[in-house]
Amino acid sequence: MAEAQNSPTLNSVPAGGPPPVPVGSTTAGQIAVAAESTVATRMSAPPSFDVADFPVPHGREEEWRFTPLERLRGLHDGTAVATGEGVKVAVEAPEGVIVETVGRDDARLGRAGTPVDRVAAQAYSAFGTASVVTVPKETVLTEPVRIAVHGEGGVAFGHQVIELGAFAEAVVVIDHTGEAVLAANVEFILGDGAKLTVVSVQDWDEKAVHAGQHNALIGRDASFKSIIVTFGGDLVRLHPRVEYAGTGGEAELYGLYFTDKGQHQEHRLFVDHNTPHCKSNVAYKGALQGDDAHAVWIGDVLIEAKAEGTDTYEMNRNLVLTDGARVDSVPNLEIETGEIVGAGHASATGRFDDEQLFYLMARGIPEHDARRLVVRGFFAELVQQIGVEDIEERLIAKIEEELEASVA
Amino acid sequence: MATLEIRDLHVTVEADNATKEILKGVDLTVKQGETHAIMGPNGSGKSTLAYSLAGHPKYTITSGTVLLDGEDVLAMSVDERARAGLFLAMQYPVEVPGVSVSNFLRTSATAIRGEAPKLRTWVKEVKGAMERLHMDPAFAERNVNEGFSGGEKKRHEILQLELLKPKVAVLDETDSGLDVDALRIVSEGVNRVRESGEVGTLLITHYTRILRYIKPDHVHVFAGGRIVESGGPELADKLENEGYEAYVKGGVSA
Repeated sequence: MAEAQNSPTLNSVPAGGPPPVPVGSTTAGQIAVAAESTVATRMSAPPSFDVADFPVPHGREEEWRFTPLERLRGLHDGTAVATGEGVKVAVEAPEGVIVETVGRDDARLGRAGTPVDRVAAQAYSAFGTASVVTVPKETVLTEPVRIAVHGEGGVAFGHQVIELGAFAEAVVVIDHTGEAVLAANVEFILGDGAKLTVVSVQDWDEKAVHAGQHNALIGRDASFKSIIVTFGGDLVRLHPRVEYAGTGGEAELYGLYFTDKGQHQEHRLFVDHNTPHCKSNVAYKGALQGDDAHAVWIGDVLIEAKAEGTDTYEMNRNLVLTDGARVDSVPNLEIETGEIVGAGHASATGRFDDEQLFYLMARGIPEHDARRLVVRGFFAELVQQIGVEDIEERLIAKIEEELEASVA
Repeated sequence: MATLEIRDLHVTVEADNATKEILKGVDLTVKQGETHAIMGPNGSGKSTLAYSLAGHPKYTITSGTVLLDGEDVLAMSVDERARAGLFLAMQYPVEVPGVSVSNFLRTSATAIRGEAPKLRTWVKEVKGAMERLHMDPAFAERNVNEGFSGGEKKRHEILQLELLKPKVAVLDETDSGLDVDALRIVSEGVNRVRESGEVGTLLITHYTRILRYIKPDHVHVFAGGRIVESGGPELADKLENEGYEAYVKGGVSA
C-alpha cells in the first residue's frame, strides 16, 4: 500500500479541491496553515437550522461534488415528503435511563451543532417529533441502550438527542435496517467527565437512502467514542462532527465500511478543535468490491488559534478488492496555532496485496480462505473497538457474507 | 521416498517492459533425507528458483519440468504445492496485519493436514516448538510478521517448517541478516527437522557460514541462472577460500 504521511509544517499546500482521480486511487492529503478556516468557507452556505437558507445543490459545490444527487430521492431539493410509514424507532434502555418523545419546540434540541448542508437542514426543518435519551449524572450503565431504526419503505425525517450528565457512562447502539429514504440528525451531549460510546450500524436493505449529521459536544474531561459501521443502502452519507465544550475532552472516531457494487457510501468528518488541551483520533477503514462501488471519505480537522495543546491524528485506509471500484479520500488538516502536542494524517488506498496472498497460500491455505483472513485482519483493529459482543459478531458475519458474495 | 526433480527449468520475469530470462536450464534432484546447498553470487537467480518452485505469480516458467514424487508441481496452484509437501522459508516474510500468529499457524496446519489439529495436542505442539526456537509465548498473539525483527521473522519461518513437516523444504537465504546466536537457534531448528529423515532440504545461501551448522550432503554452485558445478561439502570450503569470482568472471554467467 502506498502511503502518504504528513506532519504539520509551515510549507503548506494550499487548500482546495484536488483534481479528479483515476479509479481506485486516492487523493493526497493536505495540510493548510491558514489565518481563516477554509473548512468553513468552502461550504456553499453557512450552517443553519432552516432549509430555506441553503440553495438547492447542483452537484458542483465542494460538499456535494462526490455525491450522486439524483440518488438522494429528493432529500436535497424538497421533493421528498414524509410518508406515514417511514421508519419505526424503538428504544430499549436499561433502568435509570430516561427516554422521551418530544415536540419540535423542546429546548433540548439543537444544542450540539447546526446543520451544515441542505439535507441535514431539511431533516431539522421537517421532523415531527424527536427522541431524547438521557443518562442522568453519575449513572454508569452496564448494558447498552439500543435504538432500532427500521425502515418501512417510506420517506422519513428524524431527530435524536443522546445526553449524558456529568460522569455518566453509557454505550448506545443505533441500528439501521430495512428500506427507507431517511434524513436524520443525531446529537450527543456529554457532560463533564462523561464517557459515551456510540455504535451506529447502517445495515440497510439495498435501495435505502440515508443522510444526516452526527453532532457531538464533548464536555470538560469527557470521552466520546463513535464507531460508524456502514454496509448497506444504495446511498449513505453521514457527517460525524465533533466540538468541545471544555478542556481535556477526547474524541475517538472510528469507521468501517464495505462498499459493494453500485453502492455510494460517504463519510464526511469534521473535528473542530475549538478548545485547548483536547484530543482526537480518527481511523476509518473500508473495503470495496464490484463495479461502481464508490466510497468517499472526507476528514476535516481544524485546530483553532485558541486550541493550544491539541493532539490529533486521522487516518483512512481503503482496500480495493476488485476492478471498477472508486475511492475518494481527502484528509484535510488546518492548523491555526503552532502550540500543539501533535497533528498528523494518513490516507492510503491499495489493491489487495498479492504478496500477502502468496505468503498465506504458500502455507497451504486456499485462495478463498487466504482472502478472508486478509480482509478480516484489515478490519480487526477497528472491530475490536466496538466492545459490544453481538454487534462485533454480526459485523464479522457481515464481512464473511460480503466476501462470499464476491466469490460467487 | 519423496523426490523433487527439477529438469531443464527456464524462467522469465517481466521487468521494465522487457522479458528477462533468469533461470536458464536448472537440473537438480533432491531426495528425502538429503540436504543440498545452493550457493551463488547475488543476482545469479537463486531466489528466483525458490519462488518459482513455490509458484509465485511474478515468475513465468517457459520450459522444463518440476516433479514431486512424479506429480507435476508446475500444474499446481501455490496452495496445492504447499499441500503436496513443498515448503518455502522466505527471505523476506510478508506482514499480514490483523492476523495473529496462532490463528495463522492453525489455519495453515489445518490446510496442510487436511483436518483441524486437536486443540489440546496442538497447543502443546506449538508451545514445544516455540520453546525449542527460544520464542516468547506472547509471540503467538502478535500479528504475522508485523514489527518482527529480522531474527524473529526467520524463527517464525522455521517454526512453520517444524509444524508443517513438508517433504521438501526450500530455505531461501534463511541465514541472511542473522547474528551468530540467532543463526545457531535457527540452524538447530532446521537440523531437528532434518534428523527426522523425512525432509529433503534445499538450502539457498550466499554465505558458507550457515554450513558450519547445517551440514550439506551436496553443494551446488549457482551462476548465470543455472548450476555450474556440483560436489560434496568440500566444494563449500573451496568457495569459502576462493569466493565466486571464478564462476562470475569465467564466462559461465550469460
